[in-house]
Amino acid sequence: MPSLKDLKNRIGSVKSTRKITKAMQMVAAAKLRRAQDAAEAARPYAERMQSVMAGLARSVGGSDTAPRLLRGTGSDRTHLIVLMTAERGLAGAFNSSITRLARYRVEKLLGEGKQVKILTVGRKGRDMLRRDHADKFVGHIDLTEVKRVGYDDARGIAQEILKRFDDGEFDVATIYYSTFKSVINQVPTEQQIIPAKFDEDAADTSTVYDYEPSEEGILADLLPRAVATQVFAALLENAASEQGARMSAMDNATRNAGEMIEDLTIEYNRSRQAAITKELIEIISGAEAL
Amino acid sequence: MADTFQFDLVSPERRLTSVEATSVMVPGAEGDMTVMASHAPTITSLRPGLLRVEAQGGQQEFVVTGGFAEIGADGVTVLAERALPRDEVTRDVMNAMVREAAEVHKSAREREEDGVDEAAKLVADMVAVGTHIGLDPEQPNL
Repeated sequence: MPSLKDLKNRIGSVKSTRKITKAMQMVAAAKLRRAQDAAEAARPYAERMQSVMAGLARSVGGSDTAPRLLRGTGSDRTHLIVLMTAERGLAGAFNSSITRLARYRVEKLLGEGKQVKILTVGRKGRDMLRRDHADKFVGHIDLTEVKRVGYDDARGIAQEILKRFDDGEFDVATIYYSTFKSVINQVPTEQQIIPAKFDEDAADTSTVYDYEPSEEGILADLLPRAVATQVFAALLENAASEQGARMSAMDNATRNAGEMIEDLTIEYNRSRQAAITKELIEIISGAEAL
Repeated sequence: MADTFQFDLVSPERRLTSVEATSVMVPGAEGDMTVMASHAPTITSLRPGLLRVEAQGGQQEFVVTGGFAEIGADGVTVLAERALPRDEVTRDVMNAMVREAAEVHKSAREREEDGVDEAAKLVADMVAVGTHIGLDPEQPNL
């Protein structure tokens, strides 16, 4: 049986924990709004890019002269897994669910006898995957100093990936991130970026375009940009998901702390009452003995 | 009154403008072109240059650093890697952009890749934009 003083201390500490989780929840809510706005603002560009690329890919894709980024290297021996997670924890299952999906994929590929290389963006995923797969790490991109992800960050990551592709380090690249559905629902997602895959249904086939300079020229110019755009979209989705996950995790934590405080307070009052009763009995039985 | 068409200028981070335009001058990779309503559907890549939009409300000018323009039946969309309203482009901003392009050129030359000529052209285009809008950018040492 804990003493009254212990109980009081525990109530105090849970109360201050609640204050912190409440504050974190509110900060996450504010950041979530900003992240959602950023994701919203980036959508027109990504959509247009997607539809133009789909059209181009449809008309050029089949030929042997198609750029390697679209055609692939003709093999799928070496896979690059780009794991995009947050720099910080305390966001519920956000980081671990992305990592779990990537880990599952890594193990499946290894089981098929493929080679796997891992590039991580964000500290949390690196820390989690390092336990089992440290030997496959080829690089890490640190965004700790970045307050708000911008297109330049995405371009940096894309350049890193493209450079490795040009050097022949891998055949297929896939990014892992979390799609933001709602505050309580974020879906871990995998998306193959090299060789580029486009949803051909998104292509606008009603218009026949003239291309300047040439179809191939434009495609070669645009493919690296499309990679950067996809990475940027993933970063933004991730940012929104992270804040959403943190917000609901902290909301739960705040509620749990509240419940715990209630329970502890009841226990505290009960012990106090018991102590008073005990003292009274002592006094009464002392008086009776006289 | 001239025919108008929908014009959008978007960068990866935001939509810069969306207006009913009467004509748009696009810095295409193979030369400037002025687009008016009912232009033939075209997709062209852009070089760094000045984009001028004539709308009913007046004229807007942007400095774009590359990307592409999609001229479709229902309007024109310019997807620019980076686009800034002309007023926001100061000499410092311009110099930073020129330096960045020069940096790309330098690294391409050091690694002896094929992209050296393209990079050199990029730098020259950057400087040309700067000179064109009267900012007199620093001449990088190529």
